[in-house]
Amino acid sequence: MNGVHDMGGMHGMGPIGPERDEPVFHHRWEARAFALVRAMGAFGRWNIDASRYQRELISGAEYLRISYYERWLAGLSELLLRHGFISAEELATGKARAPGTALAPQVPAKPALRAADVQAFIARGAPAARASSVPARFEQGQRVRARNLNPLGHTRLPRYVRGKSGVIDRAHGLFVFPDTNAHFQGECPQHVYCVRFEAQELWGEDFTSGDAVYVDLWESYLDAA
Amino acid sequence: MPSDPALRVMALESLLVEKGLVDPEALDALVDAYEHRIGPHNGARVVARAWKDPAYKARLLTDATAAIAELGFGGLQGEHMMAVENTPMVHNLVVCTLCSCYPYPLLGLPPVWYKSAAYRSRAVIDPRGVLREFGLELPAETQVRVWDSTAELRYLVLPEQPEGTDDMSEEQLASLVTRDAMIGVGQVAPPLAGEVA
Repeated sequence: MNGVHDMGGMHGMGPIGPERDEPVFHHRWEARAFALVRAMGAFGRWNIDASRYQRELISGAEYLRISYYERWLAGLSELLLRHGFISAEELATGKARAPGTALAPQVPAKPALRAADVQAFIARGAPAARASSVPARFEQGQRVRARNLNPLGHTRLPRYVRGKSGVIDRAHGLFVFPDTNAHFQGECPQHVYCVRFEAQELWGEDFTSGDAVYVDLWESYLDAA
Repeated sequence: MPSDPALRVMALESLLVEKGLVDPEALDALVDAYEHRIGPHNGARVVARAWKDPAYKARLLTDATAAIAELGFGGLQGEHMMAVENTPMVHNLVVCTLCSCYPYPLLGLPPVWYKSAAYRSRAVIDPRGVLREFGLELPAETQVRVWDSTAELRYLVLPEQPEGTDDMSEEQLASLVTRDAMIGVGQVAPPLAGEVA
């Protein structure tokens, strides 16, 4: 979707303003929100693409107004509702219904993440590469053009490269395809390629010759050029 | 739900604990991991090893995930790694314009500025201006390569080793390496005179 989250190349967002000796979390609630997202993600009921898409669905003005962990909190609350972990009433009141109330049937009968399992959970991660014998359509050095796609759903094809041409810098292998995975339509793995776009191709001839942006793109985002 | 995020998080946590879906001690362990165990000191060890050991550096630049795993790092948001090398002719800078993807196992959680609209919007169109804001003015002949990490590859910048540090130990070198240099918004400064024992 063409949301405000797709920020590459926009003007007017102000100075960057790095903070010296910044703490990992500025408030305790940020730490708890971060951990809640990870702990609930461990149930495996949704995936990272669905999680990102949920945050993209925050309305544009709200997305820019709230902080990073507020977006995480908003996204998590929606996912918990949609997947039957909590009801709207429970979210509104902060109180569970009568003890023993059954969860929605789609909630996995899996125990909550335990402290003792956290280290292994972090170490395992969630690899997105997939093994397959599907041949790659493009090879290193080949000229390609990013397709002009404007889906309403989730995509990892940034707007600023659409319609632009570049060169395959390397092939990364097969990865889960976010555009389907975010919508629970399957992993549908595709080859991912690192594509080098010249700064002048992206932004015009006033920009520095020789500077470039490299973007990792799924095969169906690309055409041979 | 209250509008204050602190109250909302507290309410949500207690609801999920009451429903048996969250173990508060697991939350403590997750927070502790990223506040105390996982941070830029991990990435600094990888960089220092690459500076000290040319064979390791070659492995890092060809299969970063495996080379980083040699030092015991990997996992969540570092499952698939790439390392890109700075030279006098090439300067690398990492961003994620679509969210804020970041190599957790090597750098920990991203700073606020990395997640800001200002950085995400400008890094790809005005990298030299962004670097200037961080106090780094690159010569015109140095090429800037921006890595927009919007897929599942995560990027580590291998900064240039500062001059006059060849005799330092791997541990001493690691202490020079900053988070900003590994994102590409800074360079590694040589130690101040008298700093090396």
